Amino acid sequence: MTDATASPDKVTGPTPDNAIRDAERESGPMLAADGTPLKKSLARAQRRQKMRALGLVAPLLIFILITFIIPIGQMLFRSVENQIVPDTLPRTVEAVESWDASSGEPPSQEVYSAMARDLVVAEGLKIHTRVGSRLNYEAAGLSSLFRQAGRDVDETGEPFLDAFEESNEAWEEGSTWVSLLTTEEYQSEIAEWQARSDEVGRSFDEPAVDVAYREGFEEALPRTTDMFSDFAYVIGSEDGESPLEEEPWPLVYLSLYEDLEANPEAIELFEGEQRALVEEAMAATEGMGPYDYRAFFEEIDEEWLEPDIWETLQVFSGPYTSGYFLSAADRELTPDGVERVPENERIYGTLFLRTMYMSLAITFSCILLGYPVAWLLANLPLRTANVLMILVLLPFWTSLLVRTSAWKVLLQNQGVINDLLVWLNIVGDGNRLALINNQTGTIVAMTHILLPFMILPLYSVMKTIPPSYLRAAKSLGATNWTAFWRVYFPQSVPGIGAGSILVFILAIGYYITPEIVGGEDGVFISNRIAYHISTSLNWGLAAALGSILLALVLALYWLYDRIVGIDNVKLGG
Amino acid sequence: MSDVVDNPANAMKQDRSLLSFAVPLTALLGAILGFVGGQAVNQPLAGFIGGAIVGGAIAYVAGTVLADQRTTGRWAAVGVCAVIGLIAGGIAGIVSGILAGAVLGWVGYWLASGDYRRGVPPYSTSGQVLWHNTFLFICGLIFFFLIAPIMVIIPLSFNAENFFTFTPEMLSLDPEGYSLKHYRDFFNNSDWQLAMRNSLIIAPFATLIAVSLGTLAAIGLSQSDIPGRQAIMAILISPMIVPLIISATGMFFFYSALGNWLEANLGFSQELSGYIKVILAHGALGVPFVIITVTATLVGFDKSLTRASANLGAGPVRTFFKVQMPLILPGVISGGLFAFITSFDEVVVVLFVGAAAQKTLPWQMFIGLREQISPTILAVATILVCISIALLTTVELLRRRSEKMRGMSPG
Repeated sequence: MTDATASPDKVTGPTPDNAIRDAERESGPMLAADGTPLKKSLARAQRRQKMRALGLVAPLLIFILITFIIPIGQMLFRSVENQIVPDTLPRTVEAVESWDASSGEPPSQEVYSAMARDLVVAEGLKIHTRVGSRLNYEAAGLSSLFRQAGRDVDETGEPFLDAFEESNEAWEEGSTWVSLLTTEEYQSEIAEWQARSDEVGRSFDEPAVDVAYREGFEEALPRTTDMFSDFAYVIGSEDGESPLEEEPWPLVYLSLYEDLEANPEAIELFEGEQRALVEEAMAATEGMGPYDYRAFFEEIDEEWLEPDIWETLQVFSGPYTSGYFLSAADRELTPDGVERVPENERIYGTLFLRTMYMSLAITFSCILLGYPVAWLLANLPLRTANVLMILVLLPFWTSLLVRTSAWKVLLQNQGVINDLLVWLNIVGDGNRLALINNQTGTIVAMTHILLPFMILPLYSVMKTIPPSYLRAAKSLGATNWTAFWRVYFPQSVPGIGAGSILVFILAIGYYITPEIVGGEDGVFISNRIAYHISTSLNWGLAAALGSILLALVLALYWLYDRIVGIDNVKLGG
Repeated sequence: MSDVVDNPANAMKQDRSLLSFAVPLTALLGAILGFVGGQAVNQPLAGFIGGAIVGGAIAYVAGTVLADQRTTGRWAAVGVCAVIGLIAGGIAGIVSGILAGAVLGWVGYWLASGDYRRGVPPYSTSGQVLWHNTFLFICGLIFFFLIAPIMVIIPLSFNAENFFTFTPEMLSLDPEGYSLKHYRDFFNNSDWQLAMRNSLIIAPFATLIAVSLGTLAAIGLSQSDIPGRQAIMAILISPMIVPLIISATGMFFFYSALGNWLEANLGFSQELSGYIKVILAHGALGVPFVIITVTATLVGFDKSLTRASANLGAGPVRTFFKVQMPLILPGVISGGLFAFITSFDEVVVVLFVGAAAQKTLPWQMFIGLREQISPTILAVATILVCISIALLTTVELLRRRSEKMRGMSPG
């Protein structure tokens, strides 16, 4: 007995009683069971709870960020990215920068020389067609020009190669070049690499050794070393060959000639036999230069002399471009600034406008058809309403493709509706109605597909409007119409707003249905995006169009959030 | 309700209103139907007059002789019209005659017995009654618009011919006009079977990802003071808001890089990495549906239950599985069904992300619809409609059960 009464004070650990008594004894901060101030303890508990909640959300958040948000961000990035031009044509981009486009003259020999070098490397890596198709989006015809140039460009400087080799047969050997330019260390390394490559054969994929030049060579012979490095890289990565066994590109010979012409003292770098070899070659090429790069390109195709091509290159030389967005807005970038494209090429403005007004038409027909049905459902007894609700929910749950195919079956020329009309002699067999592959088809089918998305939000709003309001209005003398228009309708506006935005957002991004029933003039902007992804392969433009559409949808979504709130999105009633 | 017929004092008035109201109206309807039917056999005028006579007669009979025997009266109307149809238009005429007879019989009784006034207060003016019934008629048409396109493909899928429309044999209910050959084609064609198998592989895995991660996240989100709740919610819902074509475009770039990485670094086969890509993409698309349904269920969840369970000594895991899970299960299942149907129906993303080896049912249907279409599509569509009916029923039952459990709904 005594033990029991005395126990709270005898217990050594803290108990709730202790805390209370502590709190009563001194008017200090209220303490939790373990003696810490209650505030701190509460804060700790709440923090722990927060962390736990975050921990529960984190896996999904990370999943969505990786599988969804990053891809979208990447798409946005791709719509401005233009790395391929400066990456593939680094020398040209640099050289063409100083060219004055307004002069109306083709650029200098230096620019053509840079282009020849870039193209030889790109051709070796088989990427010259890619940059060609990239630039083709901006100026039609460049793709074939690049492809053609790629075939012939490795002959640039051929006369010099011939002259070098005539002076001494040693120039035919790749090994001559290697021993002429590179360090001994590199020579042994590349020899080993070559041996391994020969052993493995075709599937050899070890990266080639970077060329290391002898002391002072890179400064004295900049073009030669630059070209030779690229040559070694290309044959190493593409063919698994080393420069030891391959005859270099003619451009390498030409570069050596040009370097020695520009800097005659560089010959001091060579010694003994090698010096004799080089001097011999220089004697053989005496008076041959300077090489006419422009004439060489003219021979490939006269179009290379057109300033337009170089203008395009100059405008689209940066790593980022607004070009795709401008194309998406029917504009183009020229050296004189942004200009509208010619009238007959303005397709995206029309397409965006059409997407907008067709989505509006669909939204409007959804309101027109959805409002009466939602009203009926909201005002019928629950049991009947639930049965009728199934008629709304069944289309909602039915596959989009099923509904689209149903409309194709109904609307097509030999379809059910036309057959019925012909059978009833309302239209002749010869002039069946064109209900599909035009805007009518798209609007009818999409109204049907999106109607449940209008009815459901309308229904949930109307459900909350007490029917007694209408009765009260009528008993106060309002006519049926006044009672509806002045009392009921204003209260149902939030439902119309929610449903309209939902339908509009969904309609504006539709792809499948317009593709199947839309024909030529019933397609949306999304069909164009899909076309650029899968057919024209102009991914940058597809990304730009997608980004514009996304911005539009996000703005509408923000509006939806303001009106309805994201949390109030309801599915299936 | 005011049942005028049973009131003997009104008998005379009733007779007059029958002759001045129900008979002419039904006759008008009959005339219209007759005109349309007559048009088909190039006799619109004869159809018009005949229809008016038949319609008027039906209404008169419905109001007098057979007033109390509705069933008999309606069958009689159907029979009479079917015979007229047979005489006028052969076998196709019978079908239209039966339809017209059913409509006329129903309308005749509806007008003659005064049923058309049901649903409006007895004091309503005739204008109000007219408006009420017109409104119901319009709603009926809209419901017809909603449901008819889906229903029309079901009989067409049994077409014996490779047509997309009703053949004369089908209309005359000739068994020769119907066959299961499109269904056989579906089950024997390797393309369709591959598509079906892919759909059944991809959708469950995508659902599994969406449901497991989505349920946990919804529970986390429902806890009161989670920081940045709005932002997190916006991110998680975004796959549903962003138009599919944009998601598909973004995913196209990202997932082809992911696929290359999987193949190069983890040594996955091209097929396996293809499935992984599509499953991940579909999982992301299904997440918002799970979040929304589970969050909605959690709104009605009594938090003191978890506290009680903790008080009784259960750990968080045990509390989750024994207390919370059973209560939110209906929401989880319907969220899962939404996620499943999203993946099962999805075509844009799979077109962009997947390769031919991942061709799903909607993809195969899309190809079929875009190129020359075979009625096998209609057989597949019918099967899919049956699946959606099953899913809809499940979701509705679950919703009602959950509402009942939370005492939110009376029935």
